[in-house]
Amino acid sequence: MRDQSSQAGRVSSSMSNMRSLTELKSGETAIIQELYGGYGFRSRLAALGFTPGAEITMLQNLGHGPIIVTLRSTRIALGRGEAQKILIKLDRENNDDARE
Amino acid sequence: MTTHESKPVRVALAGQPNVGKSTVFNLLTGLSQHVGNWPGKTVEQKVGTCHYQDWTFDVIDLPGTYSLSANSLEELIAREYIIKEKPDVVVAIVDAAALERNLYLVSELLPLPVPVIVALNMVDVAEQQGIKVESHVLEAALGVPVVPMVATRGQGIRELLARIQDVVCNGAKYTPNAPDIRTDHKDVLERIEVLIGDHVPPEYPRSWVALKILEGDKQLTDMMRERLPQEAWNEVQRIIKQHEDACVAVASGRYTWIARMVRAAVVKPQAGQITLTDRLDRWATHPLWGLLILAGILALTFGLTYAIGSPLQDLMDIYVVGALADLATNALATAPGWLTGLLVDGVINGVGAVLTFFPILLIFFAVLSILEDVGYMARAAYVMDRFMHLMGLHGKSFLPLFLGFGCNVPAVMGARVIESEKARLLTILIAPLVPCTARMAVVAFLAPAFFAAPTIVSWGLLAINLTVLALSGLLINKILFKGERAAFIMELPLYHLPNGRTITLIIWQRLLAFLRKAGTIILAVSVIVWILSTLPSGDIESSLMANFGRLLEPVGRWMGLDWRMMVALLSSFVAKENSVATLGVLFGAEESEAGLAALLRTIITPAAALAFLVTQMLFIPCVATIGVIRQETNSWRWMIFSIVFLLLISLLGGMLTYQIASALGL
Repeated sequence: MRDQSSQAGRVSSSMSNMRSLTELKSGETAIIQELYGGYGFRSRLAALGFTPGAEITMLQNLGHGPIIVTLRSTRIALGRGEAQKILIKLDRENNDDARE
Repeated sequence: MTTHESKPVRVALAGQPNVGKSTVFNLLTGLSQHVGNWPGKTVEQKVGTCHYQDWTFDVIDLPGTYSLSANSLEELIAREYIIKEKPDVVVAIVDAAALERNLYLVSELLPLPVPVIVALNMVDVAEQQGIKVESHVLEAALGVPVVPMVATRGQGIRELLARIQDVVCNGAKYTPNAPDIRTDHKDVLERIEVLIGDHVPPEYPRSWVALKILEGDKQLTDMMRERLPQEAWNEVQRIIKQHEDACVAVASGRYTWIARMVRAAVVKPQAGQITLTDRLDRWATHPLWGLLILAGILALTFGLTYAIGSPLQDLMDIYVVGALADLATNALATAPGWLTGLLVDGVINGVGAVLTFFPILLIFFAVLSILEDVGYMARAAYVMDRFMHLMGLHGKSFLPLFLGFGCNVPAVMGARVIESEKARLLTILIAPLVPCTARMAVVAFLAPAFFAAPTIVSWGLLAINLTVLALSGLLINKILFKGERAAFIMELPLYHLPNGRTITLIIWQRLLAFLRKAGTIILAVSVIVWILSTLPSGDIESSLMANFGRLLEPVGRWMGLDWRMMVALLSSFVAKENSVATLGVLFGAEESEAGLAALLRTIITPAAALAFLVTQMLFIPCVATIGVIRQETNSWRWMIFSIVFLLLISLLGGMLTYQIASALGL
């Protein structure tokens, strides 16, 4: 777990607006930027629609335990460890982000 | 009836989970379906036939998968079937309310060399949400037939059959617009394709293999590594290394293609609508209310079991099994005693054991399939995932395991709701450690005889079982599955009303499977056990089983148990509650259970009694459970593993208990 967050942390320091999906609050919408993890894991997520550029809305994030999101008209429950490996950018930051 | 061809048309059903695939399958095949396993696999295989005009369609239900990568056994089975067995047509069932994600599987099916028909299911659900799909526009975009359907109401099934007939039998023009996802990787793909060239087995489309290798597909990469000359393989590997992100990029490409396909065909409402599912989920996935709702459902299930299942069981025992036994006894009045014994005590008792499972199985299967069909199962899994995590298990293992408190048989069979093969196997292997009512009944009889606080002893035994269960889960997971826990990624389907036909068929299939496969094993074993406990002299005290028990006495001594207690343990193999009856026979206290309890107290120490209880709680599952373990894992190896594993654990547990309890002066 520590491993993944440090990985995410390293990335977010270089690209200021990226954060892990677990940081998204209930009701917030964001855009998926990147996936981390092994091939099998990334490929499974990608098939379900977790691809860079896809819009994702947090339905339930209790701050611990699994989360629920909606993505491409589907509700998906994700373990916290799994959600940590998904990097997102908040929708509202998207607009004032000059880099992209 | 005349048929057009000697070989029936083969129709394969593909689709993601929760799209109503089994409803379509049931509509097409009805009672003609046969449920088994894919050859050599623990994945369920359903086949059936369907008659349309004077054609016969053999319908095969492929496992529900989100894609056709090599991520799971289900996906491998689905794509291997399509490529190797080449069905005449693949019907891809998609959910109109989540079209974008559902077309992903279609985008993977189109490049394969089998015609595809898209069954656009649940158009009613989509319309309720304001989503309108123009099926003819979608048809034009995809270049394959698209049939709108509401499978739960049987709508669209005729049209689907007509389109199947069109494509397969009338040779209608089939020109799919296969996804072009090569733009980003065009050059790379071409290079791989040239490199693998003629080494690709003829049944595999070359460009598809190239794309899959770029995606990082393990199975196809391994296949090509074996077939390619070293130089070509090194080159391919170099290319793959440079494009490690390709699996996500290729998936993105497919979604871009999908977006283009649906843009014109789908009218979507503004986001932010509150649906029924939203409202229900506020409760069902709530950290507190969710748990309470789950607890309520479980309480209701067990309430039903005790209110209806147990009385039915008793009635069947008296009126079916008892009547049969009386009938046989009377009919065989003049026959030799051994024949009567074999028939009445061996065969009819065995049949009775199988039959009396029916009411409880019926209730549990009904509950499981209703919860699954309504869409609640995924919520229960979500709520319980945190706790199941501790055992290296998935949230979906919770409900089947919990049913084990009633009876281990539906627990093992209920593991079918778990998609991941490993998680399913693990659940099956640890399910017998959930103490069923029959085992608790033995505790309820013996604990008061020996201990001042039987309730505490019972709870203690329960705690021991659950601890052993958790530890076994971790251990088996670590050793056999190398600690891999299936990632927790699960779709929460929209809630909908249960479909009576689907549920009835599932219950019917499960009961039939139990009767056919497990039933024969149960019957055979009860006859064998009867023979062992009767031969050679006719009474159990000098029988083969008693001799075997005496052989086990050295092991028993470590647990403070004499041979009679060991025989009682062995006899619990047929049915857990048998151990009390066996003790009664062996200690010659048949007249009353209270008498037996008093007698036992004078013969064994509390430490030995405790050791006996711990051992019987952890002991080899009853033969019915063994039978379904064999049936569900489709493997003698796993069945034997389960027996040996539990035998070792229970004997070890008994010894430890006796030694510790004796040391404490019990």
